[in-house]
Amino acid sequence: MAAVTALRSSCRAAGRLVCIHRVRSCSSIRFIKSKYVCVFDKSALKFSHQQRLFRTSAVSCGQIVQFKLSDIGEGITEVTVKEWYIKEGDTVSQFDSICEVQSDKASVTITSRYDGVIRKLHYSIDDIAFVGKPLVDIEIDASKGVASEEDVVETPPMSHEEHTHQEIKGHKTLATPAVRRLAMENNIKLSEVVGTGKDNRILKEDILNYLAKQTGAILPPSPKAEIAPPQRKAEAVPAAPKDKARKIPVPVSRPIAFAGKDKTEPVTGFQKAMVKTMSAALKIPHFGYSDEIDLTQLVQLREELKPLAEIRGVKLSFMPFFIKAASLGLLQYPILNASLDENCQNVTYKASHNIGVAMDTEQGLIVPNVKNVQVCSVFDIAVELNRLQSLGSAGQLGTSDLTGGTFTLSNIGTIGGTYAKPVILPPEVAIGALGKIQALPRFNSKGEVFKAQIMNVSWSADHRIIDGATMARFSNLWKSYLENPASMLLDLK
Amino acid sequence: MRCAVFKNMVLQSLKNCLWLSCVLRTPKACFWSTASGGLIIQSVSNDVYQNLAVEDWIHDHMDLEKQQVLFLWRNSPAVVIGRHQNPWQECNLRLLRQKNIKLARRRSGGGTVYHDLGNVNLTFFTTRKKYERMENLKLVVKALKALRPQLDVHVTDRYDILLDRQYKISGTAAKLGRTSAYHHCTLLCNADKFVLSSVLKSPFKGLKSNATPSVPALVKNLFEEDPSLTSEMLLDAIAKEYAVQHQIDHHITLINPADETLLPGISDKTNELQTWEWVYGKTPKFSVSTCLNMVYKDSILDVKVNMDVKHGRIEVCNIDLPEQWLPPGLYSELVKSLTGSKFCPNETTTLVTTLLRVCPQDDELHTRWSLLCENIIRLM
Repeated sequence: MAAVTALRSSCRAAGRLVCIHRVRSCSSIRFIKSKYVCVFDKSALKFSHQQRLFRTSAVSCGQIVQFKLSDIGEGITEVTVKEWYIKEGDTVSQFDSICEVQSDKASVTITSRYDGVIRKLHYSIDDIAFVGKPLVDIEIDASKGVASEEDVVETPPMSHEEHTHQEIKGHKTLATPAVRRLAMENNIKLSEVVGTGKDNRILKEDILNYLAKQTGAILPPSPKAEIAPPQRKAEAVPAAPKDKARKIPVPVSRPIAFAGKDKTEPVTGFQKAMVKTMSAALKIPHFGYSDEIDLTQLVQLREELKPLAEIRGVKLSFMPFFIKAASLGLLQYPILNASLDENCQNVTYKASHNIGVAMDTEQGLIVPNVKNVQVCSVFDIAVELNRLQSLGSAGQLGTSDLTGGTFTLSNIGTIGGTYAKPVILPPEVAIGALGKIQALPRFNSKGEVFKAQIMNVSWSADHRIIDGATMARFSNLWKSYLENPASMLLDLK
Repeated sequence: MRCAVFKNMVLQSLKNCLWLSCVLRTPKACFWSTASGGLIIQSVSNDVYQNLAVEDWIHDHMDLEKQQVLFLWRNSPAVVIGRHQNPWQECNLRLLRQKNIKLARRRSGGGTVYHDLGNVNLTFFTTRKKYERMENLKLVVKALKALRPQLDVHVTDRYDILLDRQYKISGTAAKLGRTSAYHHCTLLCNADKFVLSSVLKSPFKGLKSNATPSVPALVKNLFEEDPSLTSEMLLDAIAKEYAVQHQIDHHITLINPADETLLPGISDKTNELQTWEWVYGKTPKFSVSTCLNMVYKDSILDVKVNMDVKHGRIEVCNIDLPEQWLPPGLYSELVKSLTGSKFCPNETTTLVTTLLRVCPQDDELHTRWSLLCENIIRLM
């Protein structure tokens, strides 16, 4: 008890700190009120906070305990350490996973027996570890004493009792610090939980059963389970008001603790390459040009042709028409299918129309291209698109599919949107973004309102070699082919 | 109180209501039990990820103190590697991708196996204390002998089951947690041995790793020994023997691994098992040291490549190219981009093709770049 008094006096100064910290981490007004209980009930604090407070007040109570590798079963004496889940300096709680070891086709997850801070790892990856020998050194709070083999803490050799008593309304409850933490996180009064352990000790299972009864949900044994269906997450928050609702039917408002942390990841691989490409793209002076296309006739045409294509085993979308029309337009305005060299000294007019189609995959934006559209029929383009799409979704596109593009169309409309401001993909000089097709009212030549299928297109072009007039004329030509598909027949090569 | 609880829960149908009302009365997570000593369940799905997720779920959530569980499952073609294994070392990844065979990493240890519908999987769930692999395998052997007494099957010390003293028909692996454990094994009834041997052979050369290696074995199907046998018969025989030994009804409960209300959290587990980070990223650190023989303009270039891969990502990358074969700026850009990138053909393809956009527009350069990159990608 002497040590408790000493701790109490040193803690009193930090008492307010203790409680504020408690509020932040477990969001319970109850603990502000029970300030003195907080101070007495020092082991109810999460160990790491306690550690920090003790350090600031220059009282160190940590005791290094060697956590030995327990028996694996089947007479196994040695295992190979395969993966560490923690490193030196990490804080662990009882039942947290420490490492993964392997022995003769069996993979074993070793969990911590104590709450504490990891001070030393006795093995590296691929080392042989021995049963009964120390695995890690954990620094735990001295007042808790040395835990024995079982998960529930027994009487320690120290003078303090390892079970601290929660004195609420004169009712003593026995529970380990890990169990207390679980109770506090879920706003459960230990006095209301029925203990099934020795001396009516409250075990973790008792808390979980109590919670299950409250929320009607089935909870996993580990308090750290991230997996919880949405309705259970919603349940956990109102668990406290529901609990209180039994006595006082007023929802308790408490500061919402947001335990999220920023996550920083390095930019690697494909993303890094995109950074480089887009930075280069920005150096291109872009100008934009947008227009509206009436696709009513094309929609009808596609409906007629779709079954024909299906008979041949091909899915026909609108893209093959857009691509072919673009190629026909590029024949008239070849500057849009060109490339400007690095020093802007030379313009190369590309002979092939390799029209890229932007695809959204799990990794992000990839742009495979259909080669030589100028010699392909609409059906050929459809076949090729099908092939690229299935490879793209399987993540199996080859380098030749992804290189050599000269012009790009991005059908962002399949996801949504009308007007866009696409970014040119170097070394190309133009790009078109297609919005979604919407049914809108329009006036026909007779002045009557009719239902039109309208799609918006937004072009971007390199203003160093392309002027607005060229872009506009190309767009008008492309538009005319699509608004009147029969006209494509006249110019088909 | 119960009404409020019911209202708050997201219940899809009255049937689910009834399920959960039973559950409320017995708060420990064992839905289907009738307080008997054992439970036999069979998956209706052939998806390897869903079935592995069921194993995880039972391991994490079910209380096995009062009853043990036998889980029966079969998968459509898949290669399953052990927890600490290296997929590049264990199987022919290119062949897997071509044939659309799934690759999964299980949480238990052990070696690589090929699953298809001609292979039966059995998982014995017990508490950690009652973990006993030999007993389980003896049960299987007993069941097989009861079905076909003339079968010469026995269990070895390595926990394999051999047919005719030489052919392996079953491999074993296990996972031990804090309170529960499971032991699962395969059983070859009528699997495609041709595909099995071709996918389990890795063409990879120059790979150095401490990952658990598989021990190749001569295999045989039980079907070859007795053509009247089917997977269903084997499952049934084993279930019957389990029922006898655990003194329970010979009743197999079918479960759907996609049922989120029955198995809350199962879809998250299924998704995690399919992530690149789990399947490839959990590979122990390894190094690749090989020589690319590139045919370029009537000559063969020998290009030494050395890479260190950790967590499935390239940590260190060295490519020994002839001087000035690629402009130095471009070469360093390639090495810089590969470092930290996934050791994955798709990721590398998109990376190198994207980088090509900011290179000088030179056909010769493009050809060299494509040649080099394609060879590197072929390694993965």
